Amino acid sequence: MNDTNSPPLLQVRDLRTYFPIRKGVLSRTVGHVKAVDGLSFDVPAGKTLGLVGESGCGKTTVGRTILRLIPATSGEVRFRGEDFFRYTGEELRKLRRQMQIVFQDPVSSLNPRMTVGNIIGEPIQVHGIARGKNRDDLVASLLQRVGLDPTYATRYPHEFSGGQRQRIGIARALSLGPAFIVCDEPVSALDVSIQSQILNLLQDLQQERGIAYLFIAHNLAVVEHFSDEVAVMYLGKIVEKAGAKELYSNPKHPYTSALLSAVPEPNPRPTKRRIVLPGEVPSPANPPCGCAFHPRCPLTRQMAKQATETDTTTITTGGIQVRVVKKCVESAPSLEQKPGEPGHVAACWLT
Amino acid sequence: MPQPLLDIRDLNIAFNTARGPIRPVRDVSMSIFPGQTLAVVGESGCGKSVTALSVLRLIPTPPGEYLGGQILFEGRDLLKLPERDMRSVRGRDIAMIFQEPMTSLNPVYTIGDQIAEAVILHQKVGTKKAYKIVEESLCDVGIADPHRRLGEYPHQLSGGMRQRVMIAMALSCKPKLLIADEPTTALDVTIQAQILELLRKLQKENGMAVMLITHDLGVVAENADTVAVMYASRVVEYAKVEDLFDRPQHPYTEGLFRSIPKLGSGVDRLDTISGTVPNPAKFPAGCKFHPRCVRMNGDAKCATVEPVVREVEPRHWAACHHAAGYENAAGTTPVLDYKRQVTLDVLDAAGGVM
Repeated sequence: MNDTNSPPLLQVRDLRTYFPIRKGVLSRTVGHVKAVDGLSFDVPAGKTLGLVGESGCGKTTVGRTILRLIPATSGEVRFRGEDFFRYTGEELRKLRRQMQIVFQDPVSSLNPRMTVGNIIGEPIQVHGIARGKNRDDLVASLLQRVGLDPTYATRYPHEFSGGQRQRIGIARALSLGPAFIVCDEPVSALDVSIQSQILNLLQDLQQERGIAYLFIAHNLAVVEHFSDEVAVMYLGKIVEKAGAKELYSNPKHPYTSALLSAVPEPNPRPTKRRIVLPGEVPSPANPPCGCAFHPRCPLTRQMAKQATETDTTTITTGGIQVRVVKKCVESAPSLEQKPGEPGHVAACWLT
Repeated sequence: MPQPLLDIRDLNIAFNTARGPIRPVRDVSMSIFPGQTLAVVGESGCGKSVTALSVLRLIPTPPGEYLGGQILFEGRDLLKLPERDMRSVRGRDIAMIFQEPMTSLNPVYTIGDQIAEAVILHQKVGTKKAYKIVEESLCDVGIADPHRRLGEYPHQLSGGMRQRVMIAMALSCKPKLLIADEPTTALDVTIQAQILELLRKLQKENGMAVMLITHDLGVVAENADTVAVMYASRVVEYAKVEDLFDRPQHPYTEGLFRSIPKLGSGVDRLDTISGTVPNPAKFPAGCKFHPRCVRMNGDAKCATVEPVVREVEPRHWAACHHAAGYENAAGTTPVLDYKRQVTLDVLDAAGGVM
């Protein structure tokens, strides 16, 4: 960061997105799915924050809430120090240029009835950046930048392969010269040999244009490779956040350790041990009390064996009874600094 | 010498489409021995799923057409079996699990009914006995409270649970061969770890052979004994899992290994394979990989003559003009009876070694 006094490009504070659960003839709200439950993080200019977690943990909702594609329930998003949620009308539209998104599915996120030239060119025109010949020139240079032939501008999305469509999606996101892009699983739908092409392209663009990314993915190896900092989410909350290398070499939350161990290593002589977590991610409509991870946590079961009778309690999970540490069930841990690099925070009572 | 359980020899399949015939499987040979796991790796459209479906003769004809080759299962050519006999092979001798557990379960029947149907059909038992077998197999795949689950419908289960049900269904008749087509691709990593561990455990208990179709090289490295790499409808490399990862001989395999990010590797930039997977309707001439290949270097042979697999090292086959020793290697059919040396250590819920 060039200027230590200026705030980070994007600041998210205590962000919450709840979806109401409605039931009955009157559609009364009977509860909430807490998809995002009190998230805080920063994304500095030109850097990448990776957001990992399993399906249903709320990572996609985070990206969309930040861009106001889904209204936030509460919390604050500051872009260049300004409260983004306060903006309306023309001012909001102007600010939106700065913040773009690349979607996971390159098929459904491109309008099949528009030519590639129009898909990329429309935002340029709407925002009054260029029109006519200038617009077409801009589209051609964008296509070239993402590795596609400029003559493709007259073709339709169905004429392209998955990897090429994702390049079109990236060109569209770039068309307004954003400072921040949410990449929502940008390579998950692509073939292995194409993934690295897209990852390298995103990396080059970041270096060239100083774009900051919020990189959302479920593949830990991809996130670790791509990000400067990584946040791990579980049931709408960040359970651990640290520099990418630090998180990998020194995980402090048992969920992070389990996730890391679950990634299959492309090595026929495995060097690590696999931790198989019991059960599945609970429903975010009715998360477990205390630490939300306690019914699946290997660490609390291990610690319960050494702890005294009064410090432990018995819970029933997946039809079996297990002893766990009482504290994990009774109250939720908050993110706190753990031994290791400064800025390495985790939410666990036991580490 | 033990005989392979499944021996696919020079299989050729065509699809007659409106735009002319395409060849999704060309001269494919591979074999699986009892208890062995063969991984078939490749990207979308390489022919791996079509090969798997053809073993069960699930390719609709037309538009599909078997142009030649043999699929020998315990010495019998499945391609020559009458449909009646084939029906008793499917499900009983060879079972299959698919990528998408939701679309492969019938939404209007309960879990119990669906699995029991196969059991009653193949094992000639009464309804009561069948349901008992179903309950046991649900228990085997780690479903808690199997009795209650019997009466539930697929939509009431999570993705991981559905895949367990699929596995229970596939294993209820104790097949000799299980074909698993991308069994964990739709699942989260922690659930993937559970399912793969379950498959390994059941395979050990039943001595069943597995044909594992995947695009994930990590899954291959952890589970396979032998590996067939497919590209553009052909097998381009065939080897023991350790040999393949230690000394890949085909430039495509090599490129794949270099292009995947590895946890903790600290690499700043990934290598890539340029270009895209060719469309089966317009394959390039010569070696199908030559437009993307780093080894070609203007060699006219690559652009005109398509290489076939040859044994370039002992028990290691590759199809590349530029693989070391390819010139003088013998064009033998790949057959590998091999079990991997190192298996994964797995810790249970409380951190103990299982």
